[in-house]
Amino acid sequence: MAPKRSKRAFRYLSLMALAVGLLVSGCGQQYVLLHPAGPVAASELGLIYISGAAMLFMVLLVWVLFGIVIVRFRDKPGNKAPYRPLWDHNRKLELFWLALSFLIVIIISVPTVQKTYALDKIPSGTDPIVIDVTSLDYKWLFEYPQQHIATVNYIDIPSGVPVLFELTANSPMNTFWVPQLGGMEYTMPGEVLPLWLEASHPGVYWGRSGQFSGSGFVHMTFNVKAVPMAQFQQWVQTVRQTASPMTLADYHQLLQHNWISPRSYSSYPASTFPNTTHGFTLEGGMYMQMKNMYMNMPSN
Amino acid sequence: MSSLLAQLFPPETTRGMELSADVLIVLTSAAIIYVLTRYHKWGHLWREWLTTVDHKKIGIMYLIAAITMLFRGGVDALLMRGQLAVPNNHFLGPLHYDEIFTTHGTIMIFFMSMPFIFAMFNLAIPLMIGARDVAFPRLNAISFWLFAFAAFMFNISFVVGGSPNAGWTSYPPLTELAFNPGVGQNYYLLAIQISGIGSIATGVNFLVTILKMRAPGMTLMRMPMFVWTSLVTSALILFAFPPLTVALAMTMLDRLFGTDFFTITHGGMPMMYVNLFWLFGHPEVYILILPSFGIFSEVVATFSRKRLFGYSTMVWSVITITLLSYGTWVHHFFTMGAGPGVNVFFGISTMLIAIPTGIKIFNWIFTMWGGRVRTPVAMLWALAFIPTFVVGGATGVMLGAVVGDYQFHNSYFLIAHFHNVLIGGTVFGLLAGMYYWWPKTFGFKLDERQGRWFFWLFFIGFWITFMPQYALGFMGMTRRMYTYTTGYGWSLPNLVSTIGAFMMGAGFVVFVYSIVYSYKHGERDLTGDPWDGRTLEWSLPSPPPAYNFARIPVVSDRDAWWEMKQHNQTNVVQLNPNDIQPIEMPKSSSIPFLMGLAFFVGGIGMVFEWWWVAILGALGVVALLIIGSFDYNDHEEIHAETIRHTEASLGRLQG
Repeated sequence: MAPKRSKRAFRYLSLMALAVGLLVSGCGQQYVLLHPAGPVAASELGLIYISGAAMLFMVLLVWVLFGIVIVRFRDKPGNKAPYRPLWDHNRKLELFWLALSFLIVIIISVPTVQKTYALDKIPSGTDPIVIDVTSLDYKWLFEYPQQHIATVNYIDIPSGVPVLFELTANSPMNTFWVPQLGGMEYTMPGEVLPLWLEASHPGVYWGRSGQFSGSGFVHMTFNVKAVPMAQFQQWVQTVRQTASPMTLADYHQLLQHNWISPRSYSSYPASTFPNTTHGFTLEGGMYMQMKNMYMNMPSN
Repeated sequence: MSSLLAQLFPPETTRGMELSADVLIVLTSAAIIYVLTRYHKWGHLWREWLTTVDHKKIGIMYLIAAITMLFRGGVDALLMRGQLAVPNNHFLGPLHYDEIFTTHGTIMIFFMSMPFIFAMFNLAIPLMIGARDVAFPRLNAISFWLFAFAAFMFNISFVVGGSPNAGWTSYPPLTELAFNPGVGQNYYLLAIQISGIGSIATGVNFLVTILKMRAPGMTLMRMPMFVWTSLVTSALILFAFPPLTVALAMTMLDRLFGTDFFTITHGGMPMMYVNLFWLFGHPEVYILILPSFGIFSEVVATFSRKRLFGYSTMVWSVITITLLSYGTWVHHFFTMGAGPGVNVFFGISTMLIAIPTGIKIFNWIFTMWGGRVRTPVAMLWALAFIPTFVVGGATGVMLGAVVGDYQFHNSYFLIAHFHNVLIGGTVFGLLAGMYYWWPKTFGFKLDERQGRWFFWLFFIGFWITFMPQYALGFMGMTRRMYTYTTGYGWSLPNLVSTIGAFMMGAGFVVFVYSIVYSYKHGERDLTGDPWDGRTLEWSLPSPPPAYNFARIPVVSDRDAWWEMKQHNQTNVVQLNPNDIQPIEMPKSSSIPFLMGLAFFVGGIGMVFEWWWVAILGALGVVALLIIGSFDYNDHEEIHAETIRHTEASLGRLQG
């Protein structure tokens, strides 16, 4: 009776493991985190693999030990395994798994520290494209301070060039997330936070908000279209020439609680993005230099 | 009059689902009132339950409330899973869905897990440490009634006034008046605030009970593991809840009195709320998990017929976890731009917590090693916990590795992780504890066969529900989305997840049936020690008499009752009739119930901003505090003759 039941439990467990494996190991394109399209996302995926592998080792170790214990020490007639009701400690064993746990934590911590600091620096060499992002109720406003154009719910970026997103909100908090380019960062009213991403290759990558901000939050999606630099410049020219300028009245329209389709503006009023550095921490004081650089440019 | 009605019943409370809930509530209340009146039970209800200060009865009331709330929170979960089963579903609209995920989270954390834990505290701790009640029995009852009225208040928001809809974390500025008019968010603030007062009082109560009321000979290092984890949990409550109190109070001031702590105008700083909330929120997850760790230690040792492995390591582990848990809160918002230095600090402190936790897991496995493992339902839950929780812990470390979290934050990977630890850890533990202490509490066992059905449905359902959600995280699905479109590949995992959720629901139905069935037909526990237990509660009859121990036991070792059994000293529970002394016990009081009522009245007044009602409630609270302070007649003596009679009827007298 008893051994039969344990066999059945074992079968359940292996079936479950199989199902889990099938679900997780799928390498289809829909697993966006496993298909990074830029250095930031690739670096993050690297750490996910390292921590995932280390943790998988621990999980399997526990599962195996657990399996042995429940099979071997079941209370069933004729079980010949030793019964030692008073055996309640073993310094060496306890020290062993203390050391093992420490080792695992160190294995994960070292790359965590390296990567956390590394991702806080924009790679030197190329000047980044700056995009000022404001999350509004159920839409994304993107302003290009260097190009003086603005878009809603979509962006074009040059591929192979780092893009510095300066994030703020004029609404409840959201997070700005383009999974294939890299992890998210909050948009918060009264603060401007930096996030740099880069697309290595041309392509279209979807982004969305990861923080609930009200009933329309589900629709806060946008596409990031990465194109070669020349094509990007051309696109900027087209927007400048064909789109209409954003007035303050237009901006106040955008503040309404609704969702709108993607659109472009040939210019925007400078006052729409907060002139603050509160919250900004990107390494090297680069922010202030850049802020000065484009704040001094003539604005239409 | 019509404006009052419009305030009480705004459009969101007059949808089909709410109206049917109204009808059900009215019918159920009518049925309860009819039964109570028909069988003349009002007096009994008042004397034996509503005014009781007996920790065992309070524990039972906590347990009933927790199971009821598990039902409510579970129905919310099934509604959500129903909505997400297929893409582009219109079963629930966005407003409705937002309310349901908010009440699901809030109820499961504050009104299901917390009372369930307090049920375990109340049912087990005084018995385990050889005490006759808790240190402050009346305060204990006040804690319960504050919780009960707060839970009631939170639940009526569904049908009167409108539910909160900003998530259980309720980040401002979304919760501020500018974005969230209506009374729903007031309900959230006031209900959690009121039950929070009760929780802090419970923390104080059990801290003092455990430190001061242990039986002679029970040194700290001889305490059962569950008592240890409850001790540190009480300490955690004491230090973790005040930041929540402050965060809720400041939001309330913003909403009701026009201050600007967390608004987006006049220099308000929403992020400060996030800090305060998680300064509470992270210790809170350890408040939820540590009692379960204690329960597993008791259950695993008992059903392996072996001493707990590495007791002192376990003690130091829980103390380390307690201390570290105050230093990890920022890992809930690595993505709020705190800078690499801060993020790395909190990332590593988070991973460090995995070390003592991992040690505990190994210790449980080695408690079974060299033992004889029996598998009644209580042990099944403990066994299921180990392979399940370790997965949740592992994904927790992956989330703690800072840059990994940049991708996982707020995604379904996170959702899967915390359900993995909260269900696989907290809930499995509480269910293990409930099955374990059920015969002690009620005098009969829960049916084992039905228990197994419940277990397997719930356990397998759990894996089917949450493993696909890890996959959804890798596919970029974020939390709190009321619907999704095709093209992301999210449809299949969501469908699978929904199927699993309904399996868990089916398990719950079996469980409720099993309670009713076992009440009538369950095996009666006549020995008081149905599991061959190790700790003092098993030396008592089931259920124990009002005074628990006719004579306070003397403890000389860990696993005191097991040692007595080993050395054939179980006759110490047999009393000589002439030795029996009268016992002084705390007396029932109507103050705790009325206190809860006064807080409820005041709370409702503030929710709807009816200031005269709020003032009335506040005056009631103050008056009850004064009356209670001058009530010196709060103890009564149980005569020796009564005790002799009781013990004789339990067969525990010598000769």
